Amino acid sequence: MENNWRPTADIDTLKKRAQFLADVRLFFAQHNVLEVETPILSAAAPTAPYLTSFVTGYQPLSGSSKQHYYLQTSPEFAMKRLLAAGSGSIYQIAHVFRNGEQGRLHSPEFTMLEWYRPELSLHQLMDEINALLQQVFGFEPIIRLSYRGVFEFLFKFNVLTCSDDDIIACAKERIGGLPPDLDLDRDGWLALLMSHVIEPKLADLNMPLFIYDFPASQAQLAKVIQDNAGNDVAARFELYIDGVELANGYDELLDANELQRRFESDNQQRKTLGLDQMPIDVNLLAAMISGLPNCTGVAVGMDRLMMLALDKRQIVDVQSFSFERV
Amino acid sequence: MANFSTNEFKGGLKFMLDGDPCSILENELVKPGKGQAFNRVKYRNLKTGRVNERTFKSNESVEGADVTDIDLEYSYTDGEFWYFMDPVTFEQHAADANAIADCKKWLKEQYVYTVTLWNGTPLLVSPPNFVNLAVTETDPGLKGDTAGTGGKPATLETGAVVRVPLFMNVGDVLRIDTRSGEYVERAKDI
Repeated sequence: MENNWRPTADIDTLKKRAQFLADVRLFFAQHNVLEVETPILSAAAPTAPYLTSFVTGYQPLSGSSKQHYYLQTSPEFAMKRLLAAGSGSIYQIAHVFRNGEQGRLHSPEFTMLEWYRPELSLHQLMDEINALLQQVFGFEPIIRLSYRGVFEFLFKFNVLTCSDDDIIACAKERIGGLPPDLDLDRDGWLALLMSHVIEPKLADLNMPLFIYDFPASQAQLAKVIQDNAGNDVAARFELYIDGVELANGYDELLDANELQRRFESDNQQRKTLGLDQMPIDVNLLAAMISGLPNCTGVAVGMDRLMMLALDKRQIVDVQSFSFERV
Repeated sequence: MANFSTNEFKGGLKFMLDGDPCSILENELVKPGKGQAFNRVKYRNLKTGRVNERTFKSNESVEGADVTDIDLEYSYTDGEFWYFMDPVTFEQHAADANAIADCKKWLKEQYVYTVTLWNGTPLLVSPPNFVNLAVTETDPGLKGDTAGTGGKPATLETGAVVRVPLFMNVGDVLRIDTRSGEYVERAKDI
């Protein structure tokens, strides 16, 4: 295509983008959060089965052996090593890479804003995000609902205690045009309800929303705690604006043994799915054994955030060059 | 036909679903941060015209549908089929009542229509956005009323009935927007 040399965002949008980035940096300077940079390449990679890292090879000038390196899917592991080394509050604006993900709201390469706060509780971190989004991006105040509350409100069942069959029946009733042979686990069905039923409703709600206290089985790298009803929940939140998933925050898991168990169980699931095993980040495990401070952290998709703030339809509208034009 | 995997999905792709040819209207990748990927597709069933949604697993693939659009000139009907001709090759295509559907009331000899072929057979006939048609039946025109207030029904040479201004008479040629079925203006000729 003769126009493929052109940027996908117009120059005016790129100027606004630059201003957003400058304002974000100012916000964190005012909040005494240190900007850091960590390597994009890593010898280890996340094990999550549905997250595919780009892999590249390091070729020494002499010798023929080639060593695999992975492009980061988020700067999380390196930033946690800085926290364990005593960095205090840190943030990073980094390019991250997720293989195979391309669409209106997905790009294989995108910009992530990630920050960690040793002093803040999960709800205090939500307060800080609320302040950032109002001050820098001009969004409305963000309301909060628990994951259980969202499901109770929309589907009238307790998602933490109901049976798998209740969830499957609800999904099949509410979502038309599913593949007839669809075979998912409990969390897979929940994710489908989230993307096909809840997110469109949140778009209609027209109000930014934090959903917090996820099912314990979706803890990822968050602590598992008990909610006020005594149910195990993941100390995690997600932020939705206009039905778009924008941020994922954790009260960070500190237990190295538990993390190793989750890594290994991920790799086990990868094996079942016929996917490559990922090298576990032993440096992260060692950092956690040495002592990760109690902290909360959040990753925000900057392209999506700016897309919404500037009222654009797709993330390539705020990226200098879309993946198709790199 | 070739198979298409979900990463090749895009608006306009013609594919087979449950035995019917369909066309993708919208395709959206659905993938939560660390969750499984799906493609959520809005499509039109080209046989029924109905718009529906379908979710595909991201590793699924679909069979392509041999569907093409060509411009053909309408020739005549024998009551069972409507015959269209390629103005270049003079090849004839016969469309049945299902394919003609709502286009029937805009069919006029020698006009060019977009015919959607599936495996070489007409599946759908779409009229041009505007056609010029003569009035064959309407109440007598009211002289002096050129403002077009109110209006009256008029039957056109194809059998279509549209609302026209009061001053129109039998024999007048009108420009009609086939998308809305509305009168646009008086045309100079056919």
